[in-house]
Amino acid sequence: MTALFEGLLRLGDTTLILSHRVSEWCGHAPALEEDIALANTALDLIGQAQMWLGLAAEVEGAGRSADDLAYLRDVWEFRNFLLVERPNVDFGHTIMRQCLFDQWNGLMLNHLSGSTDDRIAAIAQKAAKEAAYHTERSADLVIALGDGTKESHARMQSALDAFWPYVGEMFTADPVDTELARDGVFPDLASLRAPWDARINEIFASATLHKPDSAFAHQGGKSGKHTEHLGHLLTTMQWLQRAYPGATW
Amino acid sequence: MTETRSEWPLWEVFIRGQHGLSHRHVGSLHAADAKMAMHHARDVYTRRNEGVSLWVVPAAAITASAPGDKGPMFEPSNDKVYRHPDFFDIPDDVGPM
Repeated sequence: MTALFEGLLRLGDTTLILSHRVSEWCGHAPALEEDIALANTALDLIGQAQMWLGLAAEVEGAGRSADDLAYLRDVWEFRNFLLVERPNVDFGHTIMRQCLFDQWNGLMLNHLSGSTDDRIAAIAQKAAKEAAYHTERSADLVIALGDGTKESHARMQSALDAFWPYVGEMFTADPVDTELARDGVFPDLASLRAPWDARINEIFASATLHKPDSAFAHQGGKSGKHTEHLGHLLTTMQWLQRAYPGATW
Repeated sequence: MTETRSEWPLWEVFIRGQHGLSHRHVGSLHAADAKMAMHHARDVYTRRNEGVSLWVVPAAAITASAPGDKGPMFEPSNDKVYRHPDFFDIPDDVGPM
């Protein structure tokens, strides 16, 4: 596997798996308006996943399509961040996870818009607009719920505590990231951390939330070592192609 | 910490379909504040490229005419044909007005 293929899988799988998680809210959100907003977010993310995985398949050159990559790979072949496969738990967890990811994705897409690979730059430029909206929406909700009632504050703090150990993976470069950064295809992941921290600190200050002191970071998603949650998610997401191979609309 | 309420307030949503047209009322939604109402309006009412501008207005800020006053409010204008510009010949060259 080339570094470029690996790097594209990470972007594609992360947006795909988060999209599926968010889509689990469809018909269950606490208000009609939030239900539609979450569905819109899930659809935007699956659009991004389609573009990243489509390019990954093209780069791989093995005759696979974006759909093949999404529906016919097993757990250990997925390269998403562990953060996005975590269960929804409640609305607070869902929005906290979204905020942590959106802030990263917004920065990442801004950098990728200037990638030395024109195909990556084109996808990033297209995705950056909707990502800017996601970024604003999830930050506003974290602030509203964090600085809301006693119960909403407690739920947001417990969500932040639960997800914090999964933040570091987004900024930890491995040899794949280093190779891509050297060629100017991807940014240096560590360089995203300072602007991410600055914005997240502002959000948490307004939200009256306390950022955990621990710097411990789970690793593994980017190299295919996943938590037990991803297998269950794939069982739901892939069952149709598994049960009826080749089925189309 | 603010007081708790069981429902978000109601907002009315207006969309300008394209430049040059006026905003039209398209529906309503619930939201905690103006910014959230704007986000919800975008998500609920502009999913299919419906407009170029959005207004959200607290429903409580709208004063409406009472349905029972329909007679005195609107019917007197029915029989005053001279108020309508229906008696002018418009040259064909003018096109639709």
